[in-house]
Amino acid sequence: MLDVVWLIPAFPLAGFALILLFGRRLGDPKAGYLATLMCGAAFVVTAGVFFDLLSHSAEEREHVDTVFSWVPLGSLQVDMAFLADPLSITMCLFVTGIGTLIHLYAVGYMHGDPRFSKFFLYLNLFAVSMLLLVLGENMLVTFLGWEGVGTCSYLLISFWHERESAATAGKKAFVTNRVGDWGFMLAMFFAFQATGTLSYIGVNEAAGTMAQSTATAIALLCFIGAVGKSAQLPLYLWLPDAMEGPTPVSALIHAATMVTAGVFLMCRMSPILDAASSYAPTIIAIVGVATALFAATIAVAQNDIKKVLAYSTVSQLGYMFLAVGSGAYTAAIFHMVTHAFFKALLFLGSGAVIHGMHHEQDMRRMGALRKVMPVTAATFIVGWLAIAGVPPFAGFWSKDDILLAAYDKSPVLWILGLVTALLTAYYMTRQVIMVFYGEARWHDAHEEHGAHGDADPHESPAIMLLPLVVLAGLSIVGGGLNLPFSHTTERLAVWLEPVIGLHESETAKVPLAVIATVVALLGIALSVMVYAKHKAKPVEPQVLAEGWYYDRTVSRFMGGPGRKAFDAAAWYDATVVDGGVNGVGRLVRGTAQRIRTVQSGNVRNYAAAVGVGVVLLLAWFVVVRGSL
Amino acid sequence: MQLFVFICAGLMILAGAVGVVTRSHPVHAALSLILTLFGVAVLYVAQEAEFLAAVQVIVYAGAIVVLFLFVIMLLGVDKVEDLRVEPFRLQRKVAALVGGGVIGLIVFAAISSRDNIGQVPPAQSDAVAAVAVLNPHDSNIRSLARDLFSDHVLAFELTSVLLVIAVVGTVLLARRAPKSNAETST
Amino acid sequence: MSAVAEPTTTWYLVLAAVLFGIGTVGVLVRRNPLIMLMCVELMLNAVNLSFVALSRKLGDIGGQTTVFFVMVVAAAEVVVGLGIIVAILRRKPNATSDDLAELKG
Repeated sequence: MLDVVWLIPAFPLAGFALILLFGRRLGDPKAGYLATLMCGAAFVVTAGVFFDLLSHSAEEREHVDTVFSWVPLGSLQVDMAFLADPLSITMCLFVTGIGTLIHLYAVGYMHGDPRFSKFFLYLNLFAVSMLLLVLGENMLVTFLGWEGVGTCSYLLISFWHERESAATAGKKAFVTNRVGDWGFMLAMFFAFQATGTLSYIGVNEAAGTMAQSTATAIALLCFIGAVGKSAQLPLYLWLPDAMEGPTPVSALIHAATMVTAGVFLMCRMSPILDAASSYAPTIIAIVGVATALFAATIAVAQNDIKKVLAYSTVSQLGYMFLAVGSGAYTAAIFHMVTHAFFKALLFLGSGAVIHGMHHEQDMRRMGALRKVMPVTAATFIVGWLAIAGVPPFAGFWSKDDILLAAYDKSPVLWILGLVTALLTAYYMTRQVIMVFYGEARWHDAHEEHGAHGDADPHESPAIMLLPLVVLAGLSIVGGGLNLPFSHTTERLAVWLEPVIGLHESETAKVPLAVIATVVALLGIALSVMVYAKHKAKPVEPQVLAEGWYYDRTVSRFMGGPGRKAFDAAAWYDATVVDGGVNGVGRLVRGTAQRIRTVQSGNVRNYAAAVGVGVVLLLAWFVVVRGSL
Repeated sequence: MQLFVFICAGLMILAGAVGVVTRSHPVHAALSLILTLFGVAVLYVAQEAEFLAAVQVIVYAGAIVVLFLFVIMLLGVDKVEDLRVEPFRLQRKVAALVGGGVIGLIVFAAISSRDNIGQVPPAQSDAVAAVAVLNPHDSNIRSLARDLFSDHVLAFELTSVLLVIAVVGTVLLARRAPKSNAETST
Repeated sequence: MSAVAEPTTTWYLVLAAVLFGIGTVGVLVRRNPLIMLMCVELMLNAVNLSFVALSRKLGDIGGQTTVFFVMVVAAAEVVVGLGIIVAILRRKPNATSDDLAELKG
């Protein structure tokens, strides 16, 4: 099974090709089922590879499957090759698994959309790119996948491109990502220059011998790429806007998979990060926790159901980077997996709510929906408990691992992480109460704008509910992956150890776990008091609702001095570069025009020219050679 | 005696040449040409190339110039060329330069190598050794014929082909376009 | 008679050179196509003259053979050239070579 690792991205690629050729003919819903089937097939192959890896001993769990030689350029030899090791297969498992569930959900969600098959075309293309990113044996294949997911993100965010806000959001995502990609590219150049190879195995092995400044540079440049892709400060601003895309897109790309690519990259390059000077991980940890806190404060004041989840994603990604910066790579991956479960669940649940509310997204116009959508409400509540960090749901265990690592790094980071956990519990409870409890506020809204039908909100079809239930189940038991009680229960850590090492901690785990639980429950209690019992006024200041005016500041900068710079660059291109190129053309034309006058058509002129040539020739013979 | 012949023939040649170049009436120019050709024929005889002298008079002066005169008569070239006008300003200066250059350089070459005529550079001596051995008692025409029909017979045949082609081609070129009933000739 | 100079081969070559030069000038200066063709004949004759002179000097009959061929080809050339001139002048009577500039680039 290890030899067919290439099948994992091949299935969605085949799906992409088939839908490209026959999508319109297949239509709604066959195209969707085809895409889901392909993603599911990839999952099956991944599972097979997983079991095959398990059958090997821990040191031998690294297999490279080379498909073809991609860039054979002298000293730069890059293959299209896939690396199947615990880290990549873990990523593949949840990418393909959750991907399949979301494909299935989307078949129901996108039913009736005129561009149904195109949606699945892009989704499958995204799956291919993400799998390339994760399975890549070298930085260039990963970069190919990196750019691919960025492109698909753009295509899918602006899927409903008739809406100008959607089109703009797509462009914003793409451009912001590009800023980060610059960092990744520079990291690749540095890595190649230092080690002569782009292969992860080669680069990571050379980590021990390379100069510390080089390792630091590579690590920090990779982090810049991660900041763009995983929406950290200061490049997070594309993610809230990306909610313009259909909800399955938000669930798949902007919660479970693409945004985790940055964390994945840092874990892949963990030997380099370990070899870098100590301020590099510190920077990463600080950026992570700052982002987490920043985004959590903004989420408290959001009224759009998806925007809350978007800022929540930014915040949780900050947690993952906090873990990476604290050296606990396993904790980051663990949280990535559990976050994928519950965040996808929450997004899909919100999608079900939006779908049932006939595309109403403002939480102020919802309320008491648990009576009308019981399954959606139940699964959403599971997701809420998981993200809030209430034991024994999955989020508690992973968040706890991160907080433990943060405490080891610095108690300040731990305190900030705790405050963020408090806020997380607070705003998520707020969301649950506003949407599912309280009084039904949707009657007034319907009278107000006589909206999209007078039917009341309804539960979603089974095809959309099934993934919700599956994900809810995973959110409950997901913690079992890495229970901290003993070495045997820390399955994930042991599994990942050959790749990213083990993080041992001396600190007592139980007191920290208890404090974390108390904080979570406190957050929930506060929120219940404010929003359910109405014992206190809600604190939702304008500054938080506007995201600390960060977006506006950036826009003003880009529109002002930024615009001038762009205009200058455009002027330079049009005048200097184009002028140069066109100038060459004009020069040639002008010269040709002048030379053209020689062709007078007149025999005597031609004869004269011949005569002059003859004289010159004779002169050469006689004078230079001395005789005719 | 030789000198006298040379000088007379030379004068004829040069006078005829200058006449061709300067006479504005084409018929006068043709007659000057005949003068030149005749002078050249005289020099051929002086150089013991009698056959060629005969051919020169018969073919060149007798056929070619007659052809020229036919065409002049046929086309009725009455309007003579005005030699005082020259549309291209530089043309006469360039012509002078070219003419002077050519004459000067060749004369210079001829004079500076007058002692070396016939001396072949060592590299080519083998080729020259294959020169046909002349029987000094043969007449000019006999030795010419010997050379023509042995060493150059292929070229001889090809020139016959060339003549046929020239005749056929010219007949085609000079044909009037076929007229239909409705057209009038231009 | 005192010893006068015999005309040597060099004299012939010089004469041929002068004839050639006059012919060249004629081609460049005259506008009537017939006369231009006559000047070309002058140049050919100059060449023939030098061939014959050198043939005598070197004792090689090949020079005279060459002159023979030059005469044949010159005849053919004049025939074709006159045919062309007839064809052209039939359309444009009194055309000079300056008027025939349709290959102007």
